[in-house]
Amino acid sequence: MRKITLTLSMMISILALLTLPGAVAAQGGEPTDDEVNEIAKELYCPVCENVPLDVCPTLACEQWREIIRQKLSEGWTEDQIKQYFVEQYGDRVLATPPARGLNWLVYILPPLAFVVGAYILFRAIRGWRQPAMAEESFPPTAPEDPYIARLEEELQKRDR
Amino acid sequence: MIANVGYFSLVLAFLVALYGAIAAVYGERSGRSRYIESARHAMLLTWPLVTVSALAIIWLLVNGQYQIRYVASVTSNSMPAYLKITALWGGQAGSLVFWSWLMAAFASAVGLRKWRRDRDLLPWVVVVTMVTLAFFLGLVIFVGNENPFARLWLSPEGQQVTALFQPRGATPLVPPDGQGLNPLLRHPGMIIHPPTLYLGFVAFVVPYAFAIAALVTGRTDDRWIRITRRWTLVAWLFLSLGLILGGRWAYDVLGWGGYWGWDPVEIAALMPWLTGTAFLHSVMVQEKKGMLKRWNMILIILTYALVIFGTFLTRSGVLSSVHAFAQSAIGPLFFAFIGATFIGSLSLLVKRWDDLKAENQLGSLISREALFLFNNLLFMGILVVCFWGVIFPLISELFTGQKVTVGPPFYERANSPLGLGLLLLMAIAPLSVFGRTSWKLLGKALWKPLALSLLVPIFSILRGTTNLGALIGYWVISLITLVTLYEFWRGALARRQRHGESFPAALWKLTSRNRRRYGGYVIHLGVVLMTLGIIGIEIFQAETQGTLAQGEQLTLDRYTMIYDSLSQFDTQDGRNVTRAVVSVYRDGKYVGELYPRKDFYYASQQPMTIPGVRSTLEDDFYVLLVGWESIGLGGATFKVFHNPLVNFLWIGGLVFILGTMVAAWPARESESVLKFARKRAATARS
Repeated sequence: MRKITLTLSMMISILALLTLPGAVAAQGGEPTDDEVNEIAKELYCPVCENVPLDVCPTLACEQWREIIRQKLSEGWTEDQIKQYFVEQYGDRVLATPPARGLNWLVYILPPLAFVVGAYILFRAIRGWRQPAMAEESFPPTAPEDPYIARLEEELQKRDR
Repeated sequence: MIANVGYFSLVLAFLVALYGAIAAVYGERSGRSRYIESARHAMLLTWPLVTVSALAIIWLLVNGQYQIRYVASVTSNSMPAYLKITALWGGQAGSLVFWSWLMAAFASAVGLRKWRRDRDLLPWVVVVTMVTLAFFLGLVIFVGNENPFARLWLSPEGQQVTALFQPRGATPLVPPDGQGLNPLLRHPGMIIHPPTLYLGFVAFVVPYAFAIAALVTGRTDDRWIRITRRWTLVAWLFLSLGLILGGRWAYDVLGWGGYWGWDPVEIAALMPWLTGTAFLHSVMVQEKKGMLKRWNMILIILTYALVIFGTFLTRSGVLSSVHAFAQSAIGPLFFAFIGATFIGSLSLLVKRWDDLKAENQLGSLISREALFLFNNLLFMGILVVCFWGVIFPLISELFTGQKVTVGPPFYERANSPLGLGLLLLMAIAPLSVFGRTSWKLLGKALWKPLALSLLVPIFSILRGTTNLGALIGYWVISLITLVTLYEFWRGALARRQRHGESFPAALWKLTSRNRRRYGGYVIHLGVVLMTLGIIGIEIFQAETQGTLAQGEQLTLDRYTMIYDSLSQFDTQDGRNVTRAVVSVYRDGKYVGELYPRKDFYYASQQPMTIPGVRSTLEDDFYVLLVGWESIGLGGATFKVFHNPLVNFLWIGGLVFILGTMVAAWPARESESVLKFARKRAATARS
């Protein structure tokens, strides 16, 4: 149901755009497909999940690309066009959430988790190493396979 | 009739699995080994039972029994027979049965192993595998929407109903034709991609089962790891193969010039692979040094949870929104199961926490075991990024009501440094040793390959490469290659000196007698080649799009294509094909024709964009037909990609799989090793 309303609202807004009286004359000449795709690449329509707009084959996405083309020919900048879509359909049209409010969590949590992980690891390593320092007789490790043991030995001899 | 047999067999398998789990617990607790043996037999019986059920579905699919809703939804008259068979995993209900079938097969295989030495682990292995199997069978049997045997009926009020048995007053509804398989899935890659992925998923249940058995019985040695070493490698082999095939399929079929889009479904399959890969590395530390016992438990528990999570995600889009999740019948069940098993496993681990103390100390910060730990840290980092990226849109929707997209730029930015760190470790770790070591020793081993590897980026700069990312990438992969080849070389040299073998013979013996180690190195070389392909696409991919009239041309990098003609026709299997012919010139020289096309499937009303690709070792020229005006007269729009080095991704994938096979290949244990093992076991007992 939600998808249908979304599609409908998209279609209505597109119709409204197309019938705008006297669309402003092109300012920088007709934008090329590549210029359109450059912007479309970073946008996602709410219906086709996870498919960037520049490669999405659906009709609705084709119409979105037409909107971008039209806006470009009216002299809009990339940011203005993106902002336009955000205002119409919400933050979800952007490839990554804008860094504000709860969205900060997206960017903060992974590095934070990594730092915490690294800290735990280093503490564990310190904990493991201290007794090793105290203990003079370090038990030699016994590889399970005597062949590997021999090989290791050979390799170490060669390296010396 | 056949449908009823299939359904009945499925119910029987469910009951047998439940019985197996209960009998195993009872037998173990009461000390009656007869019940444990009976539980093992139950485990063996599940496979034939689910096989009957799967065969029944296949029979229904192949014979076009459209009264069965599942058959009507995934097959149609025009589909060839082999696609009808593969439709078993073409929809959710069928793939749940397929998953269960694989699970039962693996459980039976485990049941058939020689248990003499590990009798104490058996009941718990039965419990874990049978509970997992019962959960999946239960979903198929009890959740209405997932039953592949449900039939379509017409109620007296003229409404279409789905039910297994005839509702009162209803008449059978037999559609003349089915909707057909999703066109995206009608590709050779898609035929083998889901089974391989599922094989990988299911096989990881086995090491998990043994880990849980070790926890319950309180065995603190590494026996469970040794028993499941090959199972784990096989699981990992299939998971890797599944991921690579999925990438190839995306490249061939999805029509966006790439191989990986950081889609939640892809990430769902990647996550257990990440923990599995970390596990494969860190178990070596436990085997060698008796360390990381707790960590390995955590890794395998996580892998199992992610396997179930992945199965759930790959087959249902329910994570796309909170509403879809709440409305889906199986979403909450899956999460309850994952939560229960996860918490249960962790509490077992906590109970045994003190018993799983490390037996040894860490040698040094640059010892092999420490480097394995850093490797694990990086894999966990990537896992957190992936998991968080998949989950966050739901969290955002739940708390703010706003949906957001977490797309490729997020994953690429966060994972690139972590990936680079892994590559660096891959270059250094083979030169490190277990136990105590020093920077001096490492430096001595490293400086020669390091110096040599720097020549590659220098040479690239002289050839005109200025991209910093590419230069760093070239440097790291040449360092890995040199270090890895050096490992082979000095190992073979050592053998030659000792045994007087010729160099190739020494190399062969070296690898075949240390399959895991040298297989692992071959895998590393595979990763090197794949990285080269990834650098090619991520950094050097170029694209352009243009609308051409016939005879006009479009130029991209060294390539020029001329639009020759367009034709449109219907095919026997229900498609409307629009096919363009373009001539391709490289450096002004004619190199051939390409036929990018768009297929429109009438039954499912779905378009498919099939690229025309000229593929060489050096690069791919990839043409997509985006749109066209009226036939023959107007222009057509093409999107064109130039993908340098991309084929190294696929070649690297092959090498990767080859290396895994070397590592997993059963080795005939030599007499001396067996003697040694027996002696060790004897001393351990005394």
